[in-house]
Amino acid sequence: MIDKFERNVIITAFCLSGLFIFSLLYAMGARKADVTECLPYDKSYETARVNQVDKSTYQIFYVARMWNFEPAIAYIPVGSEVDLFVTSLDVVHGFNIYNKNVNLMGVPGGVAKTTIRFDQPGVYKVVCHEFCGTGHQNMQAEIIVNFPKK
Amino acid sequence: MNVSRFLKNVILVELFVPVLLLTIGIYHGLMQVIYRAGVIHQASVAKLDYYQGLTLHGVINAIVLTTFFAVAFGHATIAFYLKREPNPKATMLSLVLMVTGTLMAAVAMLSGKASVLYTFYPPLKAHPAFYIGTAMLIVGSWVAYWDWAIIYVQWKKENRDSNTPLAVIGTLVNFTIWFVCTLAVAYEVLVLLVPWSLGWTTSVNVVLARTLFWFFGHALVYFWLLPSYIMFYTLLPKLAGGKLYSGTAGRIAFFLFLILSIPIGVHHQFGDPSIGRGIKLTQSVLTFGVAIPSFITAFTIAASLEHAARQRGGTGLYKWIWKLPFFRQDVYLFGYLINGLILFIFGGLTGLVNASYSLNNVVHNTAFIPGHFHLTVAGPVFLAILGMSIFLVSQLTGKKIFLPVINTIIPYLWTVGVLIFSTGLMWGGLMGEPRRTNMGLTYLNPASEQFHSYWVISSMLGLAGGGIMFIAGFLYFVVFFGTFFRKPSFAPTIDFPVSESLHPEKRIPLFDTFRPWLALMALIILITYIPAISDALNNTGRKAPPYLPSDPTPIVKKK
Repeated sequence: MIDKFERNVIITAFCLSGLFIFSLLYAMGARKADVTECLPYDKSYETARVNQVDKSTYQIFYVARMWNFEPAIAYIPVGSEVDLFVTSLDVVHGFNIYNKNVNLMGVPGGVAKTTIRFDQPGVYKVVCHEFCGTGHQNMQAEIIVNFPKK
Repeated sequence: MNVSRFLKNVILVELFVPVLLLTIGIYHGLMQVIYRAGVIHQASVAKLDYYQGLTLHGVINAIVLTTFFAVAFGHATIAFYLKREPNPKATMLSLVLMVTGTLMAAVAMLSGKASVLYTFYPPLKAHPAFYIGTAMLIVGSWVAYWDWAIIYVQWKKENRDSNTPLAVIGTLVNFTIWFVCTLAVAYEVLVLLVPWSLGWTTSVNVVLARTLFWFFGHALVYFWLLPSYIMFYTLLPKLAGGKLYSGTAGRIAFFLFLILSIPIGVHHQFGDPSIGRGIKLTQSVLTFGVAIPSFITAFTIAASLEHAARQRGGTGLYKWIWKLPFFRQDVYLFGYLINGLILFIFGGLTGLVNASYSLNNVVHNTAFIPGHFHLTVAGPVFLAILGMSIFLVSQLTGKKIFLPVINTIIPYLWTVGVLIFSTGLMWGGLMGEPRRTNMGLTYLNPASEQFHSYWVISSMLGLAGGGIMFIAGFLYFVVFFGTFFRKPSFAPTIDFPVSESLHPEKRIPLFDTFRPWLALMALIILITYIPAISDALNNTGRKAPPYLPSDPTPIVKKK
C-alpha cells in the first residue's frame, strides 16, 4: 500500500513529535515553566500597587495604558518571589521582562498572572511588545532589584 | 492545454493587481529595517507613518498577495487537471469582490485611517472601509472555492474509479481550510467590529475578538503554504528530472492538514489572560501533530530529488545533490522551489519553538516571531508565488521571460537575504527585542534614555538582510513587469510540468474522499474551540470602547 521507507518516516515523525511533547511536559513539571494563570477578573486589578505579602513575597499589580505602565518603577529586595498581575485600561499591551522569560499580554477586561523569583540584583527592563498606538515605542517600566541594600 | 480568453484574463488580473500592490508592500519592508536599525529616528518618512507602513506591509504581503495568488493558481490547477473551466459568472463575481474589497482596504490604509496592523486587534479602531474591504476580499475567494467544489463533484460523478489528481486534492483541502477558518474572522469583522467601528455598538469583548482572529490566523499560514506544497509534490520532481517518490504520502499530508490546521490557533495566545491553561496545552500538543505532514513532505520531496539526481548520473551519499538543476534557465522554477524548501527547514523548526507552550514565554511577540515567519511566508510561500507568477504570466500571455539570467538568480539572492535578516531578528528576539516597534525613535536612538545597546548588532543584521531582500524583490518586479509588457512570441497556454509517481499506486478510497475527513475536522474543532470561546465569553470582565491609535482617550459618540 505504502512504500516501506515512507512508512518508516511517518512512524519516525510521530515519534519525534512525541519526544517534543514529552520535553514540553517535562519542562512544565521539572522547571515549573508555565504560561499565565487564568483568573476571574474584578475591578481591583485596575489599581496599580505593590504589596508585600511576607518577608520575601511580593505582589505587583501592573496597569498598562497608552503609553506607560504603572508602577513605572518597582523596588524589590534580592531573593524575593513576586506575583505579577497585568491588566490594561484601554487597548491591548504586551509585558516582557528582559532576561526573565516573563511574557504576558495586558488585555482590557482580563488579568494575566505569573510568579517569578529575582535572585540577582539589577535593573530589569519591562518592554511593551504589542502595538498599542503611536506612542508604543516609548512604553516601558523598570523593576529594580537591590532594595533594601545589604 | 488551451485556455479561454476569459479565464486567461481573469488569472492575469489576479496576478497583476497584487504584484502591483506588492511594490508598496516591499517598499515598506525595506523601510521597517531602516527605522528599526536606528538609521533614522523619525515617526514617518514621505508622509507615511511607521505603523501605517507596517499595516500596509502585513496586509498587502500576507493577505492580499497570498489570497489573490491562491485563487489564480487554483483556477489554473483546476482547469489544467480536471479539463474544465470555472463558471464565468461566479469567476467574475469573485474577481470583482476581491478587487473592490482590496481597493477599499488600500484606500483606508493609505489615507492613514487604518493603522491597526494586519491583526487589527480591537479596541484599536480602523475605518469601517478597512474591515468591509478585507471581508469582501475573503468572500470573493469563497465564491471561487464554491465554484471549484461544484466542478469537482461533477467530475467525481463521472470518474468514480479514477484517483483525483493530487493537485486538485491539495487545492480543495486548502480552500476548505480557508473557508472554515475565515468564517470566524468574518463573524469577528462583520458582527463584532463593523457595527462597533460605525458607532452602533459601544464596546467589544477583546479576548473573544482575539480568539476568533487566531481561529483564522494560524490556519491562514497553511492557506499560504499549501499552494507551495502542491508545487513541491506535483512540479518539483518533474523539474528535477525525476518522479514523485510517493503520491499517497502527499494525500496523507494534505488530509492531515485539513483536520489539524485550525484547532491550534490558541498557541498564539499563550500570554493572553482569560483562557484556561488546559486548552492552551491541548492546542500546543496538536500543533506538534500538524508538524507531521511537513516531516512527511520533507522526506518525500528529498527522496524524489535524490531519485531525480541519480537518474542524471548522481552518485555517493550526498554528492548527487550537485546533479540537480540549480541554475538552469529553462527550469528556473526549480530554483524558486528548492530555495523555499531550504528556508522552510529553519522556518518549520523555529515554528516548533514558538508552539512549545512555556518555551513560548522566551519568544512571544519579540523579533524572534517575524524572524521565524519570514523563513516560512517569505520563504517557501513567497518564493513559490514569485516563481509561479512569472511562469503563469509567461505562459498565459505567450511571452518569453524578460532577463532570464536575472530570473534564475533572484531566489538565491532572496534566500541569502532572508537568512541574514532572520538571523538578526531571531537573535534580537532572544535578547528581548520587541516586534512591531519603531525602535529608531527610542530603543535604538542613542539620544534617548531608553537606548538599548544590545540590540544594535542584531537590528543591523536585520538591515543588511532586508536590504538584500529588497534588491531581490526589485529584480523580481523588473522580470515580472518586463515579461508582462513585452511582445508575445508563442501561443498562450497552461502547461504545468506533471510529476508521475515513482511506484505504481493503487487508488485508496479513504484518501480520495472528503467526507470522513471533514467530519473529523469538525469534531476536533468543536472539542478544541468550545472551551476556548466559552472561556473568552465567561472570564472577560468588561468590554472595551474603541480607541484611535493616536489618542489615549476612547472615542465617545458625538451627539
